[in-house]
Amino acid sequence: MSKPLPQPNVVTQRFWSSCKDGRFEFQHCKTCGHSQFPPRLTCTACHGADLDWLPSSGRGTVYSFTVVHRAPLESFKADVPYVIAIVALEEGVRAMVNLRDVDPETVGIGMPIEVFFEPTEGEYPLPQARPR
Amino acid sequence: MAAKAVITGVADTAVGKVEGSTSLGLQAEAAAAAVADAGLSLGDIDGVLCAYSFTEPHLMLSSVVSEFLGIMPSYSIAVQAGGATACAQVMQAAALVEAGICRHVLAVCGDNRLTGMSRDKAVAALSEVGHAQFERPYGISVPSAYALVAQRYMHDYGVTLEHLAGVAVAHRKHAMRNPKAQMRQPITLEDVAKSKPISTPLRLLDCCLISDGGAAVVVSAADAARDTRKRGIEVLGTGQMNTHEHIIASPSLTDFGCKQSSAQAFRRAGVTPADIDVAEIYDSFTITLLAELESIGFFARGEAGPAILGGALDLDGRLPCNTHGGLLSYAHSGAAGGMFHVVEAVRQLRGEAEGRQVVSPELAFVHGDGGILSAHCSLVLGRN
Ligand SMILES: [Zn+2]
Repeated sequence: MSKPLPQPNVVTQRFWSSCKDGRFEFQHCKTCGHSQFPPRLTCTACHGADLDWLPSSGRGTVYSFTVVHRAPLESFKADVPYVIAIVALEEGVRAMVNLRDVDPETVGIGMPIEVFFEPTEGEYPLPQARPR
Repeated sequence: MAAKAVITGVADTAVGKVEGSTSLGLQAEAAAAAVADAGLSLGDIDGVLCAYSFTEPHLMLSSVVSEFLGIMPSYSIAVQAGGATACAQVMQAAALVEAGICRHVLAVCGDNRLTGMSRDKAVAALSEVGHAQFERPYGISVPSAYALVAQRYMHDYGVTLEHLAGVAVAHRKHAMRNPKAQMRQPITLEDVAKSKPISTPLRLLDCCLISDGGAAVVVSAADAARDTRKRGIEVLGTGQMNTHEHIIASPSLTDFGCKQSSAQAFRRAGVTPADIDVAEIYDSFTITLLAELESIGFFARGEAGPAILGGALDLDGRLPCNTHGGLLSYAHSGAAGGMFHVVEAVRQLRGEAEGRQVVSPELAFVHGDGGILSAHCSLVLGRN
């Protein structure tokens, strides 16, 4: 059994296509200025529909993290221990990633990270992060 | 204003490893026992609220259960709000009887998650609550999502691993007084610290059990409750709050909707947290309870951990809590896990809790949390 892969839909297609081009994009509301991720059909702050896509610098910090020792699926068992983090990007949105190229013991809240794109078995790469 | 709804019957089945059990069978057994506890017969039930089942899932579980029981209720729906389901069932049942739509509503849950599916399958099924595109590709599980909360909560409020372990030990202490509990051997802080790591900072003994079991309650209209057998327990106040579903979309990792749902329930009941004599609060993980106790206002931020190590949740403590042993040490079989909390609150208020009885409680608080601290439902119950 393979890992769950991104399955783009009409709301998220733009995000995943941008990942292929090496950009992490988030939505920005032209009406109220709210930034949001994951992508939605409308703005979660003012519920307006006039949304733009903006690229993130890919720089951010660890907001929280966990080192997983008990994988939920067979397909992740070879990866343990692996780090799941919620990262806060400079532009004010948060995303879930795996932290790569890091000793899990050294990860801490506030650690500076940068987003990179990791190939998957599917068509789209997955945004991940590593220390910067 | 309509007279308050009354809980007239409660029951739970054997819990833990119940060989040969089925989801429908556990629900039927709990339903029949709760109706009998009320001194009613199944024919008196005119409303049925079911939950959901992992081992016997169905699009219309409430109809399936009614058909199995041989009853034809005039109102029937299934409720799905994860760990908030049981409290949401009671809230809905209370609204139905207070509105005059039903007289006696049966709220029933049950699943055989321990013997009916492998542990791997249960963990995998639960991981499906993660966001399909933005969480599941990263290997998220329910424990990992709560671990993300725990890590941030510890960082912001000085909570330590020992504080979390103290929650597990306090629950085991309660379960040791409860002959029905699944886990009754004593544990120490050190046992928690040495248990298998699951997802840091959470270890095996920080996590709820996987169990078989069923539980049910009967909620009656105030006038209809006069026909029942035991002292009625009034549903004095109810409240809900729903802020997100996925942890990635949670507005905060330390402040949750239990604050608003409990405030609503306290306000409707006309009481404050300080008035509560016994509390039964959702404890899927040690961090769940700690974050809820502080978000609801039973303890100030950062104070619950040290207080719990000092015995605050014990029978004679500041807030006797999860007196049956909770999801951590009594049992957790899906939606029924939350219903065990309701059943225990009613038993405490009736004075039926035997070796774990709190001295003469007048007011109980019950809280359920579904998802990753996403859906919250609170109840204030009182002696009639
Ligand atoms: Zn907006």
